[in-house]
This record gives sequence, structure tokens and C-alpha cells, in this order.
Amino acid sequence: MITTTGLTKVYRSRGREVTALDGVDLHVREGEVFGVVGQSGAGKSTLIRCVNLLERPSSGTVTVAGTDLTALAGNGQRANAALRRARSRIGMVFQHFNLLSSRTVQGNVELPLEILGVSGKERSRKAIELLGLVGLADKAKSYPAQLSGGQKQRVGIARALAGDPKVLLSDEATSALDPETTRSILQLLRDLNQQLGLTVLLITHEMDVVKTVCDSAALMKDGRVVETGTVSEVLATPGSELARELFPVGGEASGADRTVVDVTFLGETASQPVISQLSRTYNIDISILGAAMDTVGGRQVGRMRIELPGPFEENVVPIGFLREQGLNVEIAPTGTVPTAAGAAALAPAAALVKEGAK
Amino acid sequence: MTWSEMWPELNTAGLDTLYMVWWSTVYAVLAGLPLGVLLVLTDRGGQLQNIVVNKTVGAVVNIGRSLPFIILIVALIPFSRFVVGTSIGPTAAVVALAIGATPFFARLVETAIREVDGGLVEAVQSMGGGTWTIVFKVLLPQALPSLIAGLTTTIITLISYSAMAGAVGGGGLGNLAIVNGYQRSDDRLMLVTVVLLVVVVTIVQFIGDVVVRIIGRRTGTVPAGSSWLRRRGPRKPIAELAPRPAAEVAPGDGPTASARAGTG
Repeated sequence: MITTTGLTKVYRSRGREVTALDGVDLHVREGEVFGVVGQSGAGKSTLIRCVNLLERPSSGTVTVAGTDLTALAGNGQRANAALRRARSRIGMVFQHFNLLSSRTVQGNVELPLEILGVSGKERSRKAIELLGLVGLADKAKSYPAQLSGGQKQRVGIARALAGDPKVLLSDEATSALDPETTRSILQLLRDLNQQLGLTVLLITHEMDVVKTVCDSAALMKDGRVVETGTVSEVLATPGSELARELFPVGGEASGADRTVVDVTFLGETASQPVISQLSRTYNIDISILGAAMDTVGGRQVGRMRIELPGPFEENVVPIGFLREQGLNVEIAPTGTVPTAAGAAALAPAAALVKEGAK
Repeated sequence: MTWSEMWPELNTAGLDTLYMVWWSTVYAVLAGLPLGVLLVLTDRGGQLQNIVVNKTVGAVVNIGRSLPFIILIVALIPFSRFVVGTSIGPTAAVVALAIGATPFFARLVETAIREVDGGLVEAVQSMGGGTWTIVFKVLLPQALPSLIAGLTTTIITLISYSAMAGAVGGGGLGNLAIVNGYQRSDDRLMLVTVVLLVVVVTIVQFIGDVVVRIIGRRTGTVPAGSSWLRRRGPRKPIAELAPRPAAEVAPGDGPTASARAGTG
């Protein structure tokens, strides 16, 4: 549905060049929710703004719903009629909502319809219908200043849907919201994705967002996509950086001569008493250094960092046993914390207690 | 001068002032609004980025603003004769006042429009809106309270400028105060005229503030510089003052949070 090939964006200012995007190839399938994660400055924002050409890529192509937008756009800085028409079929929601304070809620939702040249009567009918869809039918005559953050974002979503888009771009749509509101907005995005068959490309720095709504995800670093795949694929990939970001487990070895192992449970393996089997079978003491569990896409997923006594050479057989059980096992380099996110998860309560998503 | 002698004078002068201020405001807005919009659009990063046009318009506006009005009014005598067929009287003064106020208002328009959040422009672009849509559906409506505040300032400046219209025989209250009050030492006339001007300016400012306040109350945005009325206005809605928006639950969105601890 959305394909970018070799997308590159270089900013030039005062003789210096900054590469925000460095050859990004992304493929978002029709009807899926695709999350792009990464730290600030990784190029996520530039990427999503390149998808509807709010930002002109320096090179590379963007194809949305079979239309090559980069070819439509031509060379000028200004958006020509063809590009504007294509944009009206791509909805976009923003972190700071970007609602017009001078218009009512209904007026805001009608704005894209005015641009499309829809007649007055039809505009208000459609706007009311969309507001009903996002659960704000009673707020049509209010002004944005009278709404809470979550309500504002619902209006933003209703507005983005006005042009009957096939694709919705979400630029950190929940980053300005509190956790509870974030969940209700994500639930709304999920519902829209399922009811309308909407393809959603969202960027976020919140890993919980990916766990809650995304079918697929990509990890960006320094303007490149370093990892991409469906969430279950990613979690099943040994050594996956994205899996570590999604389920950060921390904990240092309690001393030298210990083997630290990261175990990923997926689906049915998550409910097997593997650890106690391991302990009984090989008569070894296992300590748990850190763990995180969640439900992703209706499947139980967990990651656990355990410590076995003795160096790696002595633990080859127990580790082999874990692999036989269908678990994804990685040997953590002793004495180091794998990622910054892993370090953050050292606060055990925060890492252990996860809120389940529907 | 007795009261009965004063009234006809004041009456004529007042009407002259109103005539000059009204028409020069109309023309200054008609010319200044597009100029101000143009200054924003052609600037670096604007929708119609064109540095040459931007710098040229900017320079013309700056020259217009730096000339002392009394010099401008004299320098424009031939131009006034060309445009309105006469170089004296209130009508001739309107030409000079409008030209003097246009760059002033254009800068105020520019400042007001620059205050509009760039994210809104981006949102409209993402919907497929062009420059026209951005100007008429985003920039001008969003800047309206600031534009009204700028208009108020412009009208008051024009009232003050119109005192100098006497240089071309424009008449008006300011001229009456200078010629009959100051130069002929008629203190009473001067006092009455000045008080009258103060009253007119106060009324204009009051109306401007009320309009800004009404728009601002509706939209929750009150721009800087709309004076004392703000203190009397109602408080902002609680939702805006609260550090975090009130938790909001979607219909049918029951609590799904269930704490789950890791095995072990």
C-alpha cells in the first residue's frame, strides 16, 4: 500500500549537510498497522512527512496506493494539483492535533471536504457521521479550546478520514496524551483499521504503541531502517534489536562465572513451565534477572533474562534444552547491559507489571 | 471663542476627522492586508517563497514607515492632485494618510500572520489544500483577533496623523487644536478639542478590545496587546489550565488494564 524505495533526504544549511534519511526502503501492506520506532533524530518524522511529500525527498520514490507520488510532484517546491489531489486521499494526524481554533469541531472536520469541493449539505452530513464514528457527535458545535487532549485527537482523526482515505499517517499522534487516553486513541485506530480496512502508518517513540496496535514494525536508526518485519517475526528473530526495544529486560550477572541468557517466549511456549523443567532436569539453580510479558496481537509474548551458574561451556546442554522447547534463546554478553532501554528496565516493577491490551 | 462660536467649528472639524480616518483606513486595509500576506508568503520557507519580491516589498514598506508623516504628506501633493484632482482639503489628505498607514498596517498584518502555528498550514497541505486555501481558510481566520487588534492600532494612529492634515488644508480636530487652540492661544478650545480626541481614541480602542475579546472568548485565544479587558474577562476553561487533559474514556471502552507479573 505504501512503498518507499531508496528514500533519501539531505538537509543543507550553511554549507553543512545533514542526512535525515539514508536510503529507506519500506513496505507497508494493505490493511495493516505499521509502526516505525526509533529515538528522536532517527528520521522517523522526516520519513512520514516524505510519504505525503510535505517534505520533498532528495532522491528515491514514494508509492501510495499504486500512485508514484514523487513522479506526480514534478520539480517545483509548490504542490501541483495532481499532488494535492493525491494528498487528499491520504489522511494525517499530528502530535499537536493542529486543529483550527477559529472553527468549531464540525468546521474542522468539514475543512478537507471544502478543499475537495463537496457541497454544504453533504459536508455537514459527512462531518456529523465522522464525528459519530470517533464518539464525539455531541461536540460538533464546540470549539477545540473546549476539548480535552484526547477529544482533540479524535477530531483530528475524524478530519483525517473526511477524504475517505485508504491510508492514514499518524505522526506521534499519542505522544502528547496521558497513558489512559493513549490507549483509547490506539483502540480507535485499531477499530478504524478493522472496520474501514484502513492502512495505518504510524511513527512513535513509545514501544507500548507498537505492542498495542501494530501488525508490523520497523526500527530506525540514524536515518536508516535497521530492522523490519511483522511483530511476531521480529520477536522470533534471534538477536533482534527491535525485540529488545519492545521487551527490554535488564539485569546484570550476579558475579563472574555465570551465564546470562535472554529467552523469548511466543504463543504456546509462553504457557509451558519451561524454567522449572529446566531446573529439575539438570538440577541447576536458575535466577531470574528481569522479565516482561505482554499480549501482542492476541498472543502471549514474553522475554526473560535468566542466569545459570557456571560459564557458558558448562551450560551448553541446558541451553540446548531451551532451544529444543522452541524458545528463542540468546546468550547475553556478560557484564554488559545490551541497550539503553534495557538499563531503563532495571526498575523491576515497571518492567514486570505490564498492562495487557485487548 | 464662546461656546456657541465653538460648536460649528468643532462640528466641521469632527466630521472632517471622521471622513479622513474612515476612508484612509479603508484604503490602508485594502492595500496593507495583501501586502502583509505577501510578506509572509514570499519569505524563506513560505508557500510562495520569492526572496527578490520579499526584499523589495520589505524595503518599500520600511521606507514608507521611516518617513516622517509631515514630509510624506507634502511630498505626496503632486500625487494627490493626480489621483483625486486636488492637492488641498480632506480628500487630498486621505491619499497621504492612506499611503502613510498602508506600510504600518502591512507590518502589523505580517506579525499577526506569523503568529499562526505552522502546524496548521502543514495540516491543510496534508489535506491537499493549496496556497489560496491556506490564506483564506487558515492564516486570515486564525489571525483574526490579532488583525483586529492591529486595525485598532492603525485607526488610532490615523487619528493622530490626521492632525497633520492641516498642512494641506485637510482640517479636522487635530488641526483645529493646533491652529485655533495653540497658535491663537485659545486654551479653552484647545482643551475641548483634546478631550474630544481622547474620547474618540478611547471609544475606538474599547470597540476594538470588545471585538477581539468576543472572538477570543469563543476560540480560547486572546492575542497580546488587547489591554485591560482581559483582566475582567471570564477565566479560561478548566481543561486548558489543567496540566493534563481530563482522562477521557471512549464509549464502550471499559478498563482493560490488568496487572500481570512476570513468571518467577
